[in-house]
Amino acid sequence: MRLTTARRSTLFAGLAIASVAVLTACGTASGGGDSGEEATELGDYEGSVSILAWPGYVEDGSNDPSVDWVSAFEEETGCMVESKTYGTSDEAFSLMKTGDYDVVAASGDASLRLVAAGEVAPVNTDLLKNYDGIFDFLKMQSWNSVDGVSYGIPHGYGANLLMYNTDVFPDGLTSWSAVFDDAAANSGKVTAYDSPIYIADAAVYLMATQPELGIENPYALDETQLAAAVELLKAQRQHIGEYWSDYLKEIQAFETGDSVVGTTWQVIQNSITTGNTEVVLPDEGTTGWSDTWMISSQAKSPNCAYAWLDYIASPEANAQATAYFGEAPSSQAACEFRDDCEAYHAGDADYASQIWYWSTPIADCLDGRTDVECTDYAAWTTAWQEIKG
Amino acid sequence: MSSAATPHVTAGVPQPRDTPARRISVFLSQHARVRLGLLLTAPLFWLGLVYVVALAALLITAFWTVDSFTGQVRTEFTLDNIITVVTGSLYQTVTLRTVGVALLVTVIDIAIALPVAFFMAKVAGPRLQRILVIAVLMPLWASYLVKAYAWRSVLAEGGVVDWMTAPFGGSSPGYGLPAVVITLSYLWLPYVILPIYAGLERVPDSLLEASSDLGAKTWRTMGSVVMPMLWPSIIAASIFSFSLSLGDYITVNIVGGANQLLGNLVYTNVGAANNLPLASAIALIPVAIMIVYLTAARRSGALENL
Amino acid sequence: MRLSRTARVTLGVVVAIVLAVVYLPLLIVFVNSFSTSVNLTWPPPGFTLEWWGKAFQNPGALEAIGTSAQVALAATAISLALGTLISLALQRYRFFGRDAVSLLVILPIALPGIVTGIALNNFFRTILDVRLGLFTIIVAHATFCIVTVFNNVLARLRRMGTSLEEASADLGAGVWTTFRFVTFPQLHSALLAGALLAFALSFDEIIVTTFTTGSGVTTLPIWILNNLFRPNQAPIVNVIAVVLVLVSIIPIYVAQRIAGAEQVQK
Repeated sequence: MRLTTARRSTLFAGLAIASVAVLTACGTASGGGDSGEEATELGDYEGSVSILAWPGYVEDGSNDPSVDWVSAFEEETGCMVESKTYGTSDEAFSLMKTGDYDVVAASGDASLRLVAAGEVAPVNTDLLKNYDGIFDFLKMQSWNSVDGVSYGIPHGYGANLLMYNTDVFPDGLTSWSAVFDDAAANSGKVTAYDSPIYIADAAVYLMATQPELGIENPYALDETQLAAAVELLKAQRQHIGEYWSDYLKEIQAFETGDSVVGTTWQVIQNSITTGNTEVVLPDEGTTGWSDTWMISSQAKSPNCAYAWLDYIASPEANAQATAYFGEAPSSQAACEFRDDCEAYHAGDADYASQIWYWSTPIADCLDGRTDVECTDYAAWTTAWQEIKG
Repeated sequence: MSSAATPHVTAGVPQPRDTPARRISVFLSQHARVRLGLLLTAPLFWLGLVYVVALAALLITAFWTVDSFTGQVRTEFTLDNIITVVTGSLYQTVTLRTVGVALLVTVIDIAIALPVAFFMAKVAGPRLQRILVIAVLMPLWASYLVKAYAWRSVLAEGGVVDWMTAPFGGSSPGYGLPAVVITLSYLWLPYVILPIYAGLERVPDSLLEASSDLGAKTWRTMGSVVMPMLWPSIIAASIFSFSLSLGDYITVNIVGGANQLLGNLVYTNVGAANNLPLASAIALIPVAIMIVYLTAARRSGALENL
Repeated sequence: MRLSRTARVTLGVVVAIVLAVVYLPLLIVFVNSFSTSVNLTWPPPGFTLEWWGKAFQNPGALEAIGTSAQVALAATAISLALGTLISLALQRYRFFGRDAVSLLVILPIALPGIVTGIALNNFFRTILDVRLGLFTIIVAHATFCIVTVFNNVLARLRRMGTSLEEASADLGAGVWTTFRFVTFPQLHSALLAGALLAFALSFDEIIVTTFTTGSGVTTLPIWILNNLFRPNQAPIVNVIAVVLVLVSIIPIYVAQRIAGAEQVQK
C-alpha cells in the first residue's frame, strides 16, 4: 500500500499539504461533516460512485487490459465507478475532507483519524452479505472499529518479511538479527525499506532483544526508545547496500546478488525468478499492513457505496484485487480464486497475530501510556533522515 | 523614419489604406515604449504572476510551521526551520555531498562535451554533422526513468560493466555516489553538448584560419581564440547540468545505494512527513546556491547563451 | 586552424567511444523489451515478442502518450508566443530592469525541478485554489519551456541585425507587416529549434509534473513511474521507450533538414 507506492506519493504528496494549507489560509478549516448515521436498509442504486483508494485497488483495465474488476461491478449494479488514487494517508485524509468521495480504502493510520474527524460513517455490516466470510481476526479491530461500532470492511493484509539469499544462508534464518546485530557479516549487501516507518521494524527487534527499554508497541516510542531504535539503525546503515522503496528495485537487487538479506514483501519473493531466495517471518514478529474500505459520512451515493464494499469483499473480486497487489485476501472463500493463498498465509490467525499493523506514530502514545509523550511521525522523519545521513 | 509619417517620400508605393489597424501600426511605430510595453506585458504577467509569486510564497512558507497534531500549516512566523537547516549537521553534510556530485557531473559532462562538440562543429562534414546532431538528440526521447533503470542494470553485480571490466581485473562500482555521478552525467550530456556545439558553430572558420595563418599552433588557437569565444556557452551548459543535478532525487533512489541528496530531503519532508515549511526551508539551500551561481555566470555574459 | 590528420582521427575515435557509451544503455533497453524476464534482469533469460504486442494494446500507455503530447504541444505553443515576445523586447530595446527580466526567464529552468515543483504546487493549491490537472501541468511546463524558445530566438535576432526591418519600415510597411514578412521568416528555424527542445523538455519532464498533476491526468513519465513498479509491466515500459526514440528521429531529422537548407541559402 503506502509501502509500494511510497515513490508515487510524489504525485500527490504536495497536494495533500497544499490542501491543508488552503484550509488554514482561508480560515475555514471545517471539522468535517456530521458523523453519519449507520444505514439500516438500502435503497436504489444512484448510478455512480466515487472511490478514493491506493493505486492498484480499483483497476478498470486501463493500466493492463487483463487487470479489471471494476467493469464487472459496473455491469452488475449500474453504478459507474470514478476512482482516484492517492499516495499517502495524509493525502487521503485531506481529500476525504472535500466530501467528494463516497468510498475510501484507508490504512490503519488514516482510518482512525477519519473516524475521529467524522468524515466516515459507521458501516452496518448486516447489509454486506460478504461480511460473514471475512477472517475473524480482521473484524472489529482497533483500526476499523471504535467502541464496538464497525466503520468498514477489511480488504487485505500483509507482513513485512525477512528475505535472504539461500546461497549465503544455506541454513536459513529465523531472526531479524541478520539485518541488525549480525549485519556486518554481509556488509554492503543488506537492504532495508526506505521510509521512516522502518523505525518500527527496529523497535519490534528491540522489543525482543532489549526488553528493559519497555517498548510495548513499536509505534509508541518515547524519546529514549526512539533513540535506541535510531542507534540500532545507524549501526545498520554502515552495512546497507541500498534502501529500497519500490519493489522492482529489490527484485533486481536480489536477482543480481547486489542484496542478499533484508526486509521484503511476499509479492517480491513470488516475483523473483532465480529461485535462490527464501522469506521468513522471524521469531521477533514483524510489521505489516491491513486496510479497510470505509464510507463517507457525506456520501452522495451511499447505496452504490454499500454495493462496492460488498462487491470488493466478494471472493472473486477480493481475490483479484489482493492478488494484483500482492497481499493476503480478506476471506477464505477468496482463496478459491487464488492459487497463492498459502504463500501469503491467508487465514492463518497465528501468523497474523505476529504482525504489528502499520499505524502512524502520534504524540499520544498508542500503547496507552499517559505519563510520557511519544515521538510523532515528524520526529520519525527527521530521525530517518539522520540515520541515512 | 516611418514612411506613414512622411507620405510624400513614397512615390512608387501605393498609399496604404487608412484602416484602424493601419492607424494602430502607425501609432506603434512612433512609440517605441508602447511597443516594448506590449511585447513585455504577456510574458511578464505570466512569469511574474506564476513564478515569482509562487517562489515568494514558498519562501514565506519556510517561516511557518506545521501543527504536529492536526498536520495543518500554522501561519505563525518562526525562524525554527531556517535555524534547523542552517545549523543541522545533517543538512550541511548532505548539501556538501550534493554540491560535490553536481560539480563533478558538470566537470565530467563538459570534459566529454568539448571534444564531441568540436568534432561536430569543426571536423565533421555537413552530412556527418547532421547525423551526429540527431545521434546526440535522440537519447533525450527515451524516458529519463527508463535510462536510469538501464544504468541500474548496467552497474549491477554481473552487469555489463562487470562483464566488460572483468578481463582487466576491474569490477562495477556498484550502487552509490559514483553510480549517481555516472548516471547523472549520462542523463544531462545532451543538454551540455548542444549549447557548446551551438557556441562553436558561431566561431567562424575564417577566424581559426587567420589564427593559424598567423602562426598559432592548434593548442594556441584553442586557448586564445576558441575558448574565449566559447566560454559563455560552456557556462550556459554548466547551468543545465549543475541545476539538474542539484535537485535530482529520482536517480539517487535508483542507483544511489543508501545515499541521499538535497532533493530527497525536500521530497521526504513534503511527501512522507507532510512538512512543507521545513521542505521549503531546505529548498532554499539549492535556491541560494543557484542564485550565487547565476550571479557569477551573469558576469561572463553566459545567461544570454543558454 | 588546420588539424593534423592524427588529431582528426583521435577526435573521431573519442566521439565514437562517447556515442557508444551513450547508446549502450539504450541498447540494453531495446534488448530488454524482448526479454522474458519481467524484472529487467540482465542478461535476459530468453526472448519474446509478447511485450511489443501488449504495449500497443495498452490503453493506459496510449492515453498517457496522448496526454503528454497534448501537454507538450500546449506548453510549446505558449512558450513560443511568450518566448518570442520577450526575446524581441530584450534584443531590440534597452530599458530599466532588462537584466532582471532576462534572469526571470532563466530562473524556472535554472532552479532545480523540485523547487519549481513544490513552489508551483503550493501556488496552485493555496493561492489560486485551482484543481490540479491538465491545466496546471501545462502552465508549469510552459513556464520552464519559455527559456528554450527565448534563447534560440534571441541568438537569431542578434545575428539578424535590424537593417532589413528598418528597410521594410522605410518602404512603408507597418509594424505587423514587417514582423510577418520580414522578421518572422528569418526566425523560422530558430523557432523550430526552440519548439523542438521545448517539446522534448516537456514530454520527458517528471519532477515538476509530479507536483502539478491531478489524479485524473497521467503523462507518459508518470505512467512510466507508476508502471515500472507494477508487477509484469516493466518490459512494456521498455517497448514504449524504444518506440519513442525511434519515432523521435522524424521531427529531429525534419528540423535538421530545414536548418540545413537555410544554411545553404545563406
